[in-house]
Amino acid sequence: MTKTATSPATRASPTVNLHVLGPVLALLLLIALGAWLNPNFLSYGNVTNVLARSAFIGIIAVGMTFVITAGGIDLSVGAMAAFVAGLMILAMNSLIPIMGVGIPVILAGMAVAMVAGFIAGWLNGFLVAKVGIEAFIVTLGSMGIYRSLVTWIADGGTLSLNFDLRTLYRPVYYDGILGVAWPIIVFAAVAILGEILMRRTAFGRHCAAIGANEQVARYSAVNVDRVRIATFVLLGMLVGLATIMYVPRLGSASGSTGVLWELEAIAAVIIGGTVLKGGFGRVWGTVIGVLILSLIGNILNLASLVSPYLNGTIQGVIVILAVVLQREKKAAGAR
Amino acid sequence: MKRRSFLNTIAATALAAGGMTATGAIAQDQSYTIGVAIPSATHGFMGGLNFHAQDTIKRLEATYPQLTFVLATAGDAGTMVNDIEDMVATRNIDALVVLPFESAPLTSPVQAVADAGIWVTVVDRGLSVEGIEDLYVAGDNTGFGRVAGEYFAETLSEGDKIVVLRGIPTTLDNERVDAFSAAIEGSGVEVLDMQHGNWNRDDAFNVMQDYLSRFPEIDAVWAADDDMAIGALEAIAQAGRSEEMWVVGGAGMKEIIARMMENDPQLPVNVTYPPAQISTAIELTALGLVSSTPVSGRFIIGSQLITPENAEQFYFPDSPF
Repeated sequence: MTKTATSPATRASPTVNLHVLGPVLALLLLIALGAWLNPNFLSYGNVTNVLARSAFIGIIAVGMTFVITAGGIDLSVGAMAAFVAGLMILAMNSLIPIMGVGIPVILAGMAVAMVAGFIAGWLNGFLVAKVGIEAFIVTLGSMGIYRSLVTWIADGGTLSLNFDLRTLYRPVYYDGILGVAWPIIVFAAVAILGEILMRRTAFGRHCAAIGANEQVARYSAVNVDRVRIATFVLLGMLVGLATIMYVPRLGSASGSTGVLWELEAIAAVIIGGTVLKGGFGRVWGTVIGVLILSLIGNILNLASLVSPYLNGTIQGVIVILAVVLQREKKAAGAR
Repeated sequence: MKRRSFLNTIAATALAAGGMTATGAIAQDQSYTIGVAIPSATHGFMGGLNFHAQDTIKRLEATYPQLTFVLATAGDAGTMVNDIEDMVATRNIDALVVLPFESAPLTSPVQAVADAGIWVTVVDRGLSVEGIEDLYVAGDNTGFGRVAGEYFAETLSEGDKIVVLRGIPTTLDNERVDAFSAAIEGSGVEVLDMQHGNWNRDDAFNVMQDYLSRFPEIDAVWAADDDMAIGALEAIAQAGRSEEMWVVGGAGMKEIIARMMENDPQLPVNVTYPPAQISTAIELTALGLVSSTPVSGRFIIGSQLITPENAEQFYFPDSPF
């Protein structure tokens, strides 16, 4: 290991570049494959579809990057998104008689989503940091709680937004500025702000420090508990934001909303080069990871290369390959 | 459903507690306990099924004071087995109505119940071994696919192009799709692709978006489920191609039926697969206990074609589905 530190900088920089470029290369390969298989792949419509549907998982995955970098994990985000969506729809429907169908009701619904996300994230963070329970267990528990709560508030069925309000709210998913849909704009903004937060602020460095070694961070006067709670609160609020973009799409929420989103978000984070054990996070890598995951599904639908029964296999193989390639390069860089 | 069932469970427990003490005292009056084990309301169809189960139990308890019901909903096969064991051990049930969560894991526990001399009614999903149950009540999956397929074959002409959204890969889905394919065979209707939308709105939305990017001409969509139909309709609307194609869902969700009653040209027909089949099962089981009406055998509920003309008969505004 001491040799690593003394290895010449000239040799280290190209290997580091290769390692960093791993997920980007995988993404470019997938884009080339898609374009070769179907001429419509690069059409404006398809690109918009893929980017817009990536936005939910993408916005959540940016938050997940901070939680994982700080050595935590959050399994509850999918169920939390479903629950927040349910609450938001209930709140907006019940406000219509008082406020009438209009933009104020939608703004109130958005506020409900953000506040609910904040509280849900804070509860997770509080239980992890202050009560000292493993993040895996806390969020496994809250996953079950939110999943059953959404089924309960939906009375086992589906919560649907009032039709007139839905018509008014719909453009938030389907429209945009200069042909770029709102979910894509919001996703891009979240990713850029996340990258700045991770790279350029004390908060980002504290997350990495806690994830690398909590004791050392504590002795270095980092307020470990506060930073840890903040990562969960940030993630909770991003879940709220993702829900704000999700609800106008289909205008409904049920017990099957957001199933397995947590695993997709975690997979995207890891594909992007963030270390699962914590200590290092890369927000832009997470964005690449999210795009890789949605492109696989899109290409399989566009090409029907294999039996649809095997879609899961293809996805699994590509996810593992993307991480294997990256780890080998990393190992080579460390040697 | 959970919200209602929470209160009902309390009521049922209270009733059962009362019933237990009463059983000994008035045994000669022939009171019976019926256990009902169903999956919990995790998606639209099961939500409807839970609603109809509770509705039927409430009605039967009012009609037949000598009947007591024990309702248990389970989130997985293991919990369902535990529920059934508890019903036999502590509630002394005379009959069991069960919708097996999965066929194989439930087969031997239900067999044990039947061996103990308790009447067994199996609903919707068969057990792995034949001949265990006294009564089998189910929807008609083959008919579900066939009725939809026949409509496509009759309505479309040769060379028309359709896409199909499949459910979660299961035997049930295979039966439906095979029957559908058989029904359109020879009609000259071209199936462009069949992908899994997993009976989920979001998944169906994504698959439909990709179909729309890929195929410049689509004349009709067999969404095979009303949740998937809603996702598909939204994707079609987004692409601005609502005029081009119609969509056939299935199972008769109330939102879809309501739109059919208003003659929505995008939703010409629907095919039933009633969640209320649980009511048929509970009713027949109760009838067998309280009277000498013979109810053993198989009861297959036909899949009917819903059209805008008869849609009103299939509209249940109170049901969550």
